[in-house]
Amino acid sequence: MMLDGTEDEEKFLAAGIAGLQQNSFYMHRALDSNNLRDALKYSAQMLSELRTSKLSPHKYYELYMRAFDQLRKLEMFFEEETRRGCSIIDLYELVQHAGNILPRLYLLCTVGSVYIKSKEAPAKDVLKDLVEMCRGIQNPVRGLFLRSYLSQVSKDKLPDIGSEYEGDADTVSDAVEFVLQNFTEMNKLWVRMQHQGPSREKEKREKERSELRDLVGKNLHVLSQIEGVDLDMYKDVVLPRVLEQIVNCKDEIAQFYLMDCIIQVFPDEYHLQTLDVLLGAYPQLQPTVDIKTVLSQLMERLSNYAASSAEVLPEFLQVEAFSKLSNAIGKVIEAHPDMATAGVVTLYSSLLTFTLHVHPDRLDYADQVLGACVKNLSGKGKIEDKKATKQIVALLSAPLEKYNDIMTALKLSNYPRVMEFLDIPTNKVMATVIIQSIMKNGTRISTSDKVEALFELIKGLIKDSDVSPNDELDEDDFAEEQNSVARLIQMLYNEDPEETFKIIDTVRKHILTGGPKRLPFTVPPLMFSSLKLVRQLQGQGQEENPFGDDSSTSPKKIFQLLNQTIETLSGVLTPELALQLCLQCAEAANDCELEPVAYEFFTQAYILYEEEISDSRAQVTAIHLIIGTLQRMHVFGVENRDTLTHKATGYSAKLLKKPDQCRAVYACSHLFWVDDHDNMKDGERVLLCLKRALRIANAAQQMANAARGSTGSVMLFIEILNKYLYFFEKGNPQVTVAAIQGLIELIMNEMQSDTATPDPSADAFLATTMRYIQFQKQKGGTVGEKYEPIKV
Amino acid sequence: MNYLLGAFKPACNVLISFTDGKNRKQVPFKKENGQSVTVPLFHSQENIAGKITIEPMQGKKIDHNGIKVELLGQIEMYFDRGNFYDFTSLVRELDVPGEIYERKTYPFEFSTVEMPYETYNGVNVRLRYVLKVTINRGYAGSIVEYQDFVVRNYSPLPQINNSIKMEVGIEDCLHIEFEYNKSKYHLKDVIIGSGTNTHVETETLAKFELMDGAPVRGESIPIRLFLSPYELTPTHHNINNKFSVKYFLNLVLVDEEDRRYFKQQEITMYRLEETS
Repeated sequence: MMLDGTEDEEKFLAAGIAGLQQNSFYMHRALDSNNLRDALKYSAQMLSELRTSKLSPHKYYELYMRAFDQLRKLEMFFEEETRRGCSIIDLYELVQHAGNILPRLYLLCTVGSVYIKSKEAPAKDVLKDLVEMCRGIQNPVRGLFLRSYLSQVSKDKLPDIGSEYEGDADTVSDAVEFVLQNFTEMNKLWVRMQHQGPSREKEKREKERSELRDLVGKNLHVLSQIEGVDLDMYKDVVLPRVLEQIVNCKDEIAQFYLMDCIIQVFPDEYHLQTLDVLLGAYPQLQPTVDIKTVLSQLMERLSNYAASSAEVLPEFLQVEAFSKLSNAIGKVIEAHPDMATAGVVTLYSSLLTFTLHVHPDRLDYADQVLGACVKNLSGKGKIEDKKATKQIVALLSAPLEKYNDIMTALKLSNYPRVMEFLDIPTNKVMATVIIQSIMKNGTRISTSDKVEALFELIKGLIKDSDVSPNDELDEDDFAEEQNSVARLIQMLYNEDPEETFKIIDTVRKHILTGGPKRLPFTVPPLMFSSLKLVRQLQGQGQEENPFGDDSSTSPKKIFQLLNQTIETLSGVLTPELALQLCLQCAEAANDCELEPVAYEFFTQAYILYEEEISDSRAQVTAIHLIIGTLQRMHVFGVENRDTLTHKATGYSAKLLKKPDQCRAVYACSHLFWVDDHDNMKDGERVLLCLKRALRIANAAQQMANAARGSTGSVMLFIEILNKYLYFFEKGNPQVTVAAIQGLIELIMNEMQSDTATPDPSADAFLATTMRYIQFQKQKGGTVGEKYEPIKV
Repeated sequence: MNYLLGAFKPACNVLISFTDGKNRKQVPFKKENGQSVTVPLFHSQENIAGKITIEPMQGKKIDHNGIKVELLGQIEMYFDRGNFYDFTSLVRELDVPGEIYERKTYPFEFSTVEMPYETYNGVNVRLRYVLKVTINRGYAGSIVEYQDFVVRNYSPLPQINNSIKMEVGIEDCLHIEFEYNKSKYHLKDVIIGSGTNTHVETETLAKFELMDGAPVRGESIPIRLFLSPYELTPTHHNINNKFSVKYFLNLVLVDEEDRRYFKQQEITMYRLEETS
């Protein structure tokens, strides 16, 4: 009967509206002249437009709304009419003389509304009559709209408690009865739509039905608004009747929508108290109904309810909400063996959220939920379905969010078992989530057992999976996740050094399995954690190890461990990184006054330098690191120190580029002048270094001259001048005014030479240096005196 | 023409009035010319009494061969126009032959008149009661005056009033059972039932839509049809061997292809004494 093509429909709608408007115009004229007979005639004609079968529900609604507006005016007219002395009872009969049923019933509902207001008959009788008479419309769309109109005009006139229409005892039940009956009839009509018309239009029909669903659901909303529907009435009458209708209608769309409706419109408290009944309905629904969504909604509502106030929690315990929900889920899953994995997990995820909110103290419940989930997933292997894995992540994230503490999750024995089901990428995502949770909450994981468990959980990030090598991985993502692992490592410690040491050992064991790609990320933080421990021990003055030499936790032991680590990793770590780590260790050893250890690390660093670092740029960086570290070492005896400094200066002089050589050499000068240690102030060798630097600078200058015909920058000279000034100020007797003076002149000459290349930065540098000298002169005091002889 | 009119002007005014005319109930009555007038209402076995006033025109006298009043019950068949069958005919002589010079009043009375049939005004037939005053004037032509009145008779509540059940259906497709609460209705009654349409002789009195859309199995649809807006009369069986009036509920089922299925059921109408 429905015509195809929206164009036609538009035409029919336009025609309908035109007819409606024309008749409503005559109706208005009749109203204005108080002509009841004509008013009825034209209103009936107007309403006849609603008899059309040619409109989709959507368009029909438009027409209906226009008629609705007109009916409000008619209703007001009827009210006036009764005030003018027309008997409402006569009016009630009069409108029933209309020949066509649809207009007749619309008019009847309209007059019925006035009838109730007039209180000439008990509201319940009028309502009962109306709801019965409406049966005359068996066409689904027209019937739904008519009944929706009835619901609309009657909702403020129900004989509710406290309502002015409340009659004698127990009229609330009449109100409820009325709404329930209307609901039942509407639902029947709505369901019937599914079975009318050719089956090829099934999809279209389903769409139309979903457009109409709120008309049906509105009744439940009205029910929830009735004051008199208290818990008892809800439990004894409303819910059983509604559920009966839902179950019996055997319609997928209706069941899904209405179950959801019940959950949304009635108070949480009611749901809690009627959990048995409500849950009992689920297994009876059609197998195609999306139960998981509805059930999840319910649990979500209850979770929020529990979270809303602590006062309601006893209710949950009283009704044993958890076990009921848990059973219900079990049954639902059992009843739907072909339910998608995602669905199963969603259910458990909701249940977990629920139990976390309601029973935060019952970790065993949470573990039960996970256990049940594991049971249902077992035998399915790794889960690849995107939706399902997403739900598992949600499931596993829930405890983390709730407790803000991975420690709690670690207590859940089934937690890692659930995680097992994730495919590799998702497993990684989950591991990242766990790490982020730890970061965010600054959770302290302070025993090696827990660390062990944690690393077991996040092993997806720690090592390559056995199953498939992750070849096609985004570099950035990889760096991101490994960085988070690195951050995690930093967070693991315990006040008790011994435990910390165990933790470090555990972590080390795990990360060493990580393979060459991960180690550069994970080893440094481990090293630094270890060094932190070393310093912690040192800070506590525990060089004298309280645990005795056998104890694992002496700095020495730690260094041994570190040494092993570095050694095992040689060839895996980049040499630059290894060198840096060696130097760090050496410095730490220095602080612990462990000369042999420090020497050992230095030796390793030198070896790395000699054997592994061949790139000249890397060499420059490395040599400066070496010099810097060595300068701070005080643990070495004269001999060792000599050896090392000698080597360092040797390396410096062998750098490839002259400027680099020069800079490294003058940096070496610091190796012979350590401020706080008088035994390490060798002015002569400082000067030697500086002079050597000067020579190299000179050579560099000449090479430049020879190669390019212009002298290079005087930058190096100025830098050396600054070194001179430094040592001069520090009181190195070998650095004299004359030497400085000479150097300044040299620089001046160089700058004025014809071949000099103008270099603004050098000019600026020189100017600053000169200003500094001036400044020091003017300072007066010993410094001023010292500078006085220098002429600028 | 004036003198002609004058010539045919009745020689006198005849006025018929009923004794309890002021208190008696008046009902609308449709005359032959289509005009609606109100006339008094009587029931069977009532006394019909009143006065007849004859007032000659100014300055005229009426010679007559006697004056009489008749109470007639007539059945008029339209297809046999002009033929009246009097089923009731009562006569009262009012005056012996003589002359009337001035206004003269005659009382009359028909006591406990048997009027078994109701006044009926149908498309094919008419049953009426009338008072006929005749002033016999021989060759001059009699002066005749009529006064209609309406007779209605109340019926007692029927002893047996079964509900009507009937079925309408399309074979193997649709099957609807209709049930009306009773088979005999009084005129202001309401037909209540579940699962129709009214019809008279050859005339459809009213169409009344009962249901919109196809019901599902087991669905019960309320029917409520008020009879008062329709001008119905009681059912008449074999009135004086001349005619009958029957009422039918005709149920029409219209399917999606606009095919119609009928089912007809006679109902009995009766007049219930009004309580007001």
